[in-house]
Amino acid sequence: MSQDSLDSLVTSENDIDIRLDVDDEYEQERQSGRRRKRRRRSGDKKEKKKKHQRRRSSSSARDGREERQTKKRESSKKQREKHFKERTTERNEEEAQTSSVKATKTNKNINNEKTRKTKTAERETEKRNEKKMDKSPKTIERKESEGKNTDKSKERKKHKKVQNSSDEEKTKEESEEDKEEQEELDKEQEEVRSECLSPEELEKLKEAVDERKKLIQSLRVKPWPMKKKLVSLRESQEFVEKYEGALGKGKGRKIYAYKVIMTKKWMKFERDFENFKTTLIPWEMKIKEIESHFGSSVASYFIFLRWMYGINMILFCLTFGLVMVPEALMGRPYGSIPRKTVPRAEEASAMDFAVLWDFGGYAQYSVLFYGFYNNQRAIGWLKFRMPLSYFLVGVGTVAYSYMVVIRTMARNANESGIGDDNSFNFSWKMFTSWDYLIGNTETADNKFASITTSFKEAILEEQESRKDDNIHLTRFLRVLANFLVLCCLAGSGYLIYFVVNMVMSLLGMFCPMLFDVISTLENYHPRVALQWQLGRIFALFLGNLYTFIIALMDEINLKVRSTLKGDLDRNAPAFITWTVYICQRKEEMIVKYNITTWENSFNGTVSENSTATPISLHPADVPRGPCWETMVGQEFVRLIISDTMTTYITLLIGDFLRAVLVRFLNHCWCWDLEAGFPSYSEFDVSGNVLGLIFNQGMIWMGAFYAPCLPALNLLRLHISMYLQCWAVMCCNVPQERVFKASGSNNFYMAMLLVILFLSTLPAIYTIVTIPPSFDCGPFSGKNRMFDVIHETLESDFPVWFSKVFSYASNPGLVLPFILLMVLAIYYLQSTSKNYKEANVKLKKKLQMQNEENKKKNKRAALKAQMDLEEARKASSQQKHVSPRRHQDVNEIHCSRQRHYYSKNGRNPAPPVGDRSLRRSAPRTYQHVNPGPPGYLPGLPRQSETRMHRVPSLQRH
Amino acid sequence: MGNKQTIFTAEQLDAYQVGSLCFVINTSSLFILIQKLFYRYRDLAPQLVPLDYTNHPDVKLPYELIGSMPELKDNPFRQRIAEVFSEDGEGNMTLDDFLDMFSVLSEMAPRDLKAYYAFKIYDFNSDDFICKSDLEKTLNKLTRNELTDDEVRMVCEKVIDEADLDNDGRLSLEDFQHMIVRAPEFLSRRKPNNITYILIWF
Repeated sequence: MSQDSLDSLVTSENDIDIRLDVDDEYEQERQSGRRRKRRRRSGDKKEKKKKHQRRRSSSSARDGREERQTKKRESSKKQREKHFKERTTERNEEEAQTSSVKATKTNKNINNEKTRKTKTAERETEKRNEKKMDKSPKTIERKESEGKNTDKSKERKKHKKVQNSSDEEKTKEESEEDKEEQEELDKEQEEVRSECLSPEELEKLKEAVDERKKLIQSLRVKPWPMKKKLVSLRESQEFVEKYEGALGKGKGRKIYAYKVIMTKKWMKFERDFENFKTTLIPWEMKIKEIESHFGSSVASYFIFLRWMYGINMILFCLTFGLVMVPEALMGRPYGSIPRKTVPRAEEASAMDFAVLWDFGGYAQYSVLFYGFYNNQRAIGWLKFRMPLSYFLVGVGTVAYSYMVVIRTMARNANESGIGDDNSFNFSWKMFTSWDYLIGNTETADNKFASITTSFKEAILEEQESRKDDNIHLTRFLRVLANFLVLCCLAGSGYLIYFVVNMVMSLLGMFCPMLFDVISTLENYHPRVALQWQLGRIFALFLGNLYTFIIALMDEINLKVRSTLKGDLDRNAPAFITWTVYICQRKEEMIVKYNITTWENSFNGTVSENSTATPISLHPADVPRGPCWETMVGQEFVRLIISDTMTTYITLLIGDFLRAVLVRFLNHCWCWDLEAGFPSYSEFDVSGNVLGLIFNQGMIWMGAFYAPCLPALNLLRLHISMYLQCWAVMCCNVPQERVFKASGSNNFYMAMLLVILFLSTLPAIYTIVTIPPSFDCGPFSGKNRMFDVIHETLESDFPVWFSKVFSYASNPGLVLPFILLMVLAIYYLQSTSKNYKEANVKLKKKLQMQNEENKKKNKRAALKAQMDLEEARKASSQQKHVSPRRHQDVNEIHCSRQRHYYSKNGRNPAPPVGDRSLRRSAPRTYQHVNPGPPGYLPGLPRQSETRMHRVPSLQRH
Repeated sequence: MGNKQTIFTAEQLDAYQVGSLCFVINTSSLFILIQKLFYRYRDLAPQLVPLDYTNHPDVKLPYELIGSMPELKDNPFRQRIAEVFSEDGEGNMTLDDFLDMFSVLSEMAPRDLKAYYAFKIYDFNSDDFICKSDLEKTLNKLTRNELTDDEVRMVCEKVIDEADLDNDGRLSLEDFQHMIVRAPEFLSRRKPNNITYILIWF
């Protein structure tokens, strides 16, 4: 820092010196200039020589000043000095360049000194930092004088150039000066002539300098090889250096550098942040890997699984945080009241693993189930409203699920509507699919696989869109297939209704295979086929369930609880258990009656001798009701467990064991196992998705009675994520026809919504119609479960609020409100329909426009070709007329071409800007002389070289 | 401090700084960057590359060495990249070419420049047009020859059909640019790494 300040001090001193010097010089120059003018007018040549001498003496003084300047530069930067020194050696080359630049300039702009001054000042302030403001006037002056100084030397160059090109615009005066120039050039010194400059020349000079600067700035974005860049950079830098002095190396540059550094760092940070974000998304890399090998349809299953995991996480947080933890921490401890104690009869086996595994014993009498919760209004020091919380969480999970599913569906629909611009689908795949950042062989392998897969998907799409074979046949086949499927469904319903219940699981296993066979008839696109398949299996399961329910309703009077439990299909949870508890209702009545009579008799005996204290009974001994809610919850938990086990075991046996057998028995088997019958299994997207959906339905149904269900499901999903990822990668083979899943898996969502609706139905039914058990659960003692709300309203809110609420719940208000909602829904739906239509129309329009453009282009290309043809004819005719001239032209052409290549170095392709010249080639053709005899249409390079040739012809 | 004086002259440094994109204008970090890149270059073949570059030694590294760099070794187009940026067109690179390559492939380079070089990279026979044979080569490199001939042919036809605006059966630079600037990767700032971006690894 101190060094810096010292430097700046030195420079400022120098500045002052220089300024003084410059002032002197300036005076001298002006005087001599005036003198010169006078003399020129008189035209005395002898005087001139004297003036020369004078000038030389003045130039020696100038040399001294120059030395000082160079010193100062040294102190600021070394490299500048180098340029300065090299200046003299490289000058000639550079002159050639600058002359060409200047020749094109016009002489129209004549600015006076003042404007020039202001401009230099502006430039100055741009380059320098604002901190140097106090010094700026000085520096401006210095700069200006320097500028003048350099301007003059440049002036000299210009004259030399003028000599070469013999421009007619130059006056005689100038040519006279040229002679002097020659004399001076011999000396090759950094001399500056003292005669004044004409303003237009100054202007030209300035323009040239500016142009060079621009070139320097844009150099880095030029598609040139480094060598060429360096050469042109050196040239233009020298040029600028010479005529601008040590311009623009101050602090402004530092600020710029700082800015560039910051933007670069910012970009890097953004990239890193993006990467970081992708690593934060759970299982993203795993799914990507699977997608790269198995295509997007298999990946869509895993994405769906991850989404499900997210939802269950929220549900788990709700139930765990608001129900289970408060009860465990603040509720009455285990053993304090009968509902929290294992009954005496079960105590012996309550800790057995078999019982616990079945969620009986201690597990049954714990926070995991409905029955454990007490009906105390507020618990703990927080006065936590336990029953209210329980109720609201139950409602909240369902409401949240509805919200999320519907919102996701809407978003997916939105996404699929916009942004499927497929106009360059294949081109983009071809040119932009490789990730140039990959530097890891494994990642590269994955990328290769994924690119291949995506190409295959795209090819399949393309083929499907092209395919149009016999429509009538396919239509017939499709109708037939649907008919067959309907027969299957009806048959399975019939079987379930009349024959044994066990049939259901068998049907659930074999019908999907049958559907698969049938769907080959239909010849759908695999994506559509998958949806059909899913829909059919879904219908099968649901239909089976409903027939099952109806059949159960018929048998509802019989107590078949034990047999029912044994036959529970994993896909028929809610309705069975629902019927189970309906059966239990009767039991409960009996038990309740028994208990009351027992209590009455007990109390009766006690009351007879009034002095005796009431006998305290151990809570384990108290007789209790059946508590159907806990029973239902247990059923669901058992179902989930068994379902999970079946999934895992089928995965292990069906996929892993099969793969292992096929792999290792293949060596000693009589046919090729890998290619033949068993082979490796494919990943069954439809089955897995349906399993997931039905599983989620069970969670939604059972979560109210068993708060532990979301936690269990979370665990299950977590494990199956890893297990299935592993199984897919290690023992499945990609499908034969890899197809692209529709970007939004709205179909899955729709099924999920249906299941959600179906599973909330029984839950709502129980809450609304059936009174809760009298001796267990948070709602015991109430007539209905939703009475909690009523109670809270009455006791925890002010009177006016409950009044308002009762008014608001009055049908006179509710009905209009519902009507209003219906109207709003209708309105929104119709507008969305309109928007969709407009969207489709606009898309069509855009497509038409594109096609039209393409056609137009085609026509233009054709026309250009015709023109070329004509021109060629014309040229061949002309060739006959004047073959000699063409030879000339050809020679020139060749030489120009050679020159062009040598100039361009190794890069024969011209920079981007030249392309426009090429394009216009056919048109220019007619104005220009006919081309060389060997000229072919459509070969642009030749036409381009002809463009070069034209000026050369003029010159010669 | 001694190193930077001996490897390059100050003038060379200044020139590199303005000529290439990946170098920031700040002088101190410039030294570091150029030095680092130089050592990357030199580490490929320490016996070939001298430590003194002040007198412009004529040194070229063969393609085998350039292609084995971790930035390039997994890239299916590494040979093309080396060829495009090398002066002799065969992948043998001087230090200038090397700096040039990293300058263009760095994230500081504007997209137009990248598109131009991407075109050159995909133009295998360097005839200034991407014709069918170029497309086939590109596709085979991208998919490691896992597509059948029919599929390759179909994809190439589709590409030409989509992107060829002037209907001459091949893609000119304009066609290419017209197509590539509409690519979603090109438009979004989120995923820029698909169009010839290579970060310099240090």
